[in-house]
This record gives sequence, C-alpha cells and structure tokens, in this order.
Amino acid sequence: MLTKRIIPCLDIKNGRTVKGINFLDLKDAGDPVELAQKYSETGADELVFLDISATEERRKTLANLVKEVAQKINIPFTVGGGISSIEDVTLLLQNGADKVSINSSAVKRPDLINELATKFGSQCVVVAIDAKKINDKWVVHLVGGKEPTTLDLFDWAKEVEKRGAGEILFTSMDHDGTKNGFANGALSQLSEWVNIPIIASGGAGNTQHFADAFIQGKADAALAASVFHYQEIEIPNLKYFLKDKGIAIRI
Amino acid sequence: MKIAIIDYGAGNIQSILFALQRIGIEAVVTNNWKEIKNADKVIFPGVGEASSAMEKLIESGLHILIPTLKQPVLGICLGMQLLCKSSEEGATKGLGVFDVDILKFSNSVKVPQMGWNTIYQLKSSLFEGISEYEYMYLVHSYYAPKNSYAIAFTNYETEYATALRKDNFYGVQFHPEKSGVYGEKILKNFITMTN
Repeated sequence: MLTKRIIPCLDIKNGRTVKGINFLDLKDAGDPVELAQKYSETGADELVFLDISATEERRKTLANLVKEVAQKINIPFTVGGGISSIEDVTLLLQNGADKVSINSSAVKRPDLINELATKFGSQCVVVAIDAKKINDKWVVHLVGGKEPTTLDLFDWAKEVEKRGAGEILFTSMDHDGTKNGFANGALSQLSEWVNIPIIASGGAGNTQHFADAFIQGKADAALAASVFHYQEIEIPNLKYFLKDKGIAIRI
Repeated sequence: MKIAIIDYGAGNIQSILFALQRIGIEAVVTNNWKEIKNADKVIFPGVGEASSAMEKLIESGLHILIPTLKQPVLGICLGMQLLCKSSEEGATKGLGVFDVDILKFSNSVKVPQMGWNTIYQLKSSLFEGISEYEYMYLVHSYYAPKNSYAIAFTNYETEYATALRKDNFYGVQFHPEKSGVYGEKILKNFITMTN
C-alpha cells in the first residue's frame, strides 16, 4: 500500500539552515547536509529545501548545496525558492535534485509549468500554493502570504494540474505558524478536486495534527519545519503514532 | 569492473551516479556504443515522457544496441518501461525486450503514484537480503501489468509487476537510487551479480 509521507522542510539561507518564525529573527541552525542526513536516517520519507537567500551568488551556492545533499542523502528531495526558468531547474536537476517547487513564478507565468513538465516530466514539478481564507474564499497569495492575487485556490489547483504539475504543496497562511493543526477542510476538498498528490503544509503542532491531515484532510503527505527542528516531534515517534492509528506509514 | 550508465538525455543520471558512489562503485556515463558494449554491467535510466525519451534513444541509435546487449542490464523506472513492447504513454513503441504493454493508472487513484510502497513475491538474486514487503520509492503514472517476467509486485489500484527479468535484462519500476539503504542494496546486488 502506498504510504503517507512525512516531509521535514529546511529553510536555507546562503547555504546554511536557518530557523525563525515567519522568516523573522533568523538563527543559524547548522549544516543542512548534516540535518538532512539526520532526518533521512530517522525515517523522513522525503525532504524539502526552501532557499530564502537573496544574494547574487544564490544560484551557485544553492547548486553546490544540492550536489552535496544528493551525494549523501539516499531519499528523494525537492528544492524550492526563486526558481523561475528552465535554466534554473536544469542546474538543480543536474546537481542531483529530484524535484523542484515553484510558486510565485508559476502564478506570474503559468506556462512555466507546461515548459517544465514537458522538458523534465511532471514527476519533478511541484507547484506550491499559499492561500488565505478571505470572506469564505480561499485566495492565493504570493511572497510568503503578503501579496494577495485574484486567484481562487481551487481554480488555480485545477489549472496547475492541467498544465502538468505532478504534485501540489498547499500551505494555509491562516494555519502556518499557529501549531493548531492543518487546514483539513480545505485540504480534503482539494484532494478530491484534483487527482494529483497533495502535500499539506502549515499548522503542525503535535502528532495528532498529522493524523488529522491524513484522515480528515485526505492529504498524501504532510510537511513541517519547526516541530522537527526544535525536536518537539521526533520522526520515529510520529511514525509509530500514525501507524497505531491505522494510517499507512513506512517504518 | 566497468559499469556504464546509458546517457541519452532522458534520465536523472546524477542520482544514480551518486548512489553508486555511496556504495563505493565508480561508473561511466556514456552514449558510446563501444563503452556500453564492453561494460560488465549496464544501467538504463529514464524519467519523463515515454515517446520523447524513445525519440532521443532512436536519435542516438541506442535503440538498436540495447536489445542486443549480453551483460546484465538494469532498466530503472522509464528505462524499464522502454524495455517493454509498448507504452500507452504517447502510443510509444518500445524496445520489445519484454513482451509487455505498459498501461496508465486509472483516475480511481491519484496519478502519479508518488511515494513509498512495498515490493513483494521477490524472485531474483537482485533482491538478495531484501525482505518481503520492503518499501521502495516510486514515481510513475504508467505501469507494467502482471506478466510472466515479473520478479516482484507492488499494489496500487491493482497488483502490478514492479520488477521484470528476462535472461540478462532486468527492470525495476521503483528508484533503488532513492530508496534508502535497501535500494542501495539492490543496486549492489545488481553490480555484483554474475551473469
């Protein structure tokens, strides 16, 4: 049986892991490769690296990091942050990334999804969608939730699927950072609305939240950052908890 | 020991190269006939869309060479599918090593299948040291239905052939290079197998 995936997310700035709340007050959290190795050895099913640096050497630093991760880590990983062209993706895949995640660049130029899916295959195209509920409508936001668009979450999700996305990483801005659980209502609607896998993101605070995301939210995977970084949840404990609940989990 | 990874512009070759390095094996990435022919083991990777991958294979002429190889050959993911007779994806004619028609998963399940699933009824030295129902990482929208070449199965929508063998040809739908230590073990088994 296909298992539900647990995905730790590492925020990367200038080649180092950083921790902080909503990208504020960032603290160095060490070597991303070492952290990635720890996660993969303790049962993470995949990893996501989100690059938030804005320097000119960004692309090169990130490519070097991706290469080092790919050499040492034996599970799949996705790289996101500032990717907006075929050239960006080529560089990352050549260095060993398995998938890339695009967000604002896809909203600004939706054809990018088609181009990447045609050139590299849908399996490596993750479209990240940040959305916030406004007047009973889920509105897609850019720039980490700061900039609203005119797009509806469900319309946009359908469109990215049609254009060839292999997976959707859905972050509820209303839940992100709250530690009160994932946006299970929207998640389950989304999961039934499109036929590609959905990664739930935003709101993980305890192990029950993951169970809820999989059972109520019907998510295929759940992503979290701080609960893993601050060791509030250990991956092996989480996985045993979920398995006990009857959820298909790789132990 | 010479290991050749076939380069025809349609595979995540880097991941396979790195996985081999992790288990201490050097390989060459090549589209050179002589180098491929003289290798002790050949790995035939592939990701992406079947018909365009097949076109690239034909452009390089490797579609003629590959079915004639005599040493152990391992097709991975799309590589395995291209070793089959045909694929529903882009109505592609494959290399025909395995007399199997690749089909698409229906919409009753999420497509692609993406993530870790089990492999079972393991029937080959390729799986030496691997337990029944071990987890492997898979990403695919098309699959090989049950057939007489099957040496392992996975269940997603239906029970399908997740690994194939005919003589010196092996194919795996999953990604051993991305499937943790047990995936690396399968690669090691392939590299060290005697024909």
